[in-house]
Amino acid sequence: MSTDLLLKTPLHALHLELGAKMVPFGGYDMPVQYPAGLMSEHKHTRAEAGLFDVSHMGQVRLVGPNAAAALETLVPVDVIDLGLFKQRYALFTNDAGGILDDLMIARRPDDLFVVVNAGCKVQDIAHLQAGIGHLCEVIAMPEQALLALQGPQAVIALSRLNPEVAKLTFMTGGFFNLDGIDTFLTRSGYTGEDGFEISVDGHQAEALARKLLSAPEVKPIGLGARDSLRLEAGLCLYGHDIDTTTTPVEASLTWAIQKVRRAGGARAGGYPGAAVIDEQLLNGAVKKRVGLVSPDRMPVREGAKLVDEAGVELGVVTSGTLGPTINKPVALGYLPKSHSAIGTNVFALVRGKPTPMTVSSTPFVPNGYFRG
Amino acid sequence: MSENIKYTADHEWVQIEADGVVTVGITVHAQDALGDVVFVDLPAVGSSFAAKDVAGVVESVKAAADVYMPVSGEITEVNETLRDDPSLANTDPLKSGWFFKVKLADAAELDGLMDSAAYDALVLNS
Repeated sequence: MSTDLLLKTPLHALHLELGAKMVPFGGYDMPVQYPAGLMSEHKHTRAEAGLFDVSHMGQVRLVGPNAAAALETLVPVDVIDLGLFKQRYALFTNDAGGILDDLMIARRPDDLFVVVNAGCKVQDIAHLQAGIGHLCEVIAMPEQALLALQGPQAVIALSRLNPEVAKLTFMTGGFFNLDGIDTFLTRSGYTGEDGFEISVDGHQAEALARKLLSAPEVKPIGLGARDSLRLEAGLCLYGHDIDTTTTPVEASLTWAIQKVRRAGGARAGGYPGAAVIDEQLLNGAVKKRVGLVSPDRMPVREGAKLVDEAGVELGVVTSGTLGPTINKPVALGYLPKSHSAIGTNVFALVRGKPTPMTVSSTPFVPNGYFRG
Repeated sequence: MSENIKYTADHEWVQIEADGVVTVGITVHAQDALGDVVFVDLPAVGSSFAAKDVAGVVESVKAAADVYMPVSGEITEVNETLRDDPSLANTDPLKSGWFFKVKLADAAELDGLMDSAAYDALVLNS
């Protein structure tokens, strides 16, 4: 794709000014890293705080008294009981129980605020319009930018702009004025660290980013480190670790399906693929997403085949790299139920060479969420 | 010194030493494009390769890249220090971050490599 066909976020000029290396991602020209480099950016986020431009992601409002009930027809998640200013992870499923996208839902007084992946947002909005557009208003918010401030010192930096944000706990949010700029923000993110995701009018995004970058704790972080941070946190990347060929049960995302939506629950089923997913919840799935750690130094990457001692193919790695914090190769991948128990030893084929890997619990590094 | 260094289109440098031996590493441009190098896979000493064969691998957090033989020959030495500290490929790619030494099978192959002016032009236009 030619770069002049790529979309730009409201922070594009700032990325260039900061010396970012830009790459195409999800149809946008995005910063993959700044001059500090991926490794340093990753470690800085784990130690202090990093600012990420995630404006390429899709922001959508669902408006109307029936919005929550309507959204429940598309996701296996309890939306109706989601409290005011609470946030929840969810999945769009298809009729086979496969995952169309993963998303975040926050309840606000006048709407449900939904964030979806950049690469899926056009189809997600169409899916919402077609599926529930007659039950509630589906309003895309292309005018909004989205900034993520992540890391153990994110709260210190953000509190200087409004001390009230420190009262939020993980997966809650609210409307906050940040030193003169109106925002809606949630205490959440995708790095495994404490932090915030801040929805702000695109015209004020650069002013807000500059305020945040002026904090001594905060450095700009590119998509490269965002990927290694989420992988160490054991979080799925859509299109890699989850897609239409994986169900929430296979993807080890059953925690996202509340009891009320499971077989026997008060609002069981009623979403695409419910029969498949309920059956797998009951009997287990044939394959399962697991975490993998290697004792060697060689990174094991997406696409590497997983085999047993005899070389019999078991599954495949869906994400992998050398985790900069854990300083070991870490990966996510799929294995049959028989080989998915923590501590099971398997081999990844890297350039034809079997590399030992052990099924490990995730996150690979302890998460730092602030639960109050 | 630049007289004795040649370059390949795969962004490797070849330093011509005495006795028909060359030292091979990756260029500043190559390490910059890769980012932080976290792992190198080096060939076995004593193994022989033809020019353009894959002799090793260099990996950063974000990507893996093959290391090609710039010339035909036998591996006489590999940089064990680099194996232990792959970040040398970033911090000192042209000196202590070297990869391996090759005993040339055919010194005439060096004539097919680029000089620094040709390589600089390649990088500029890439």
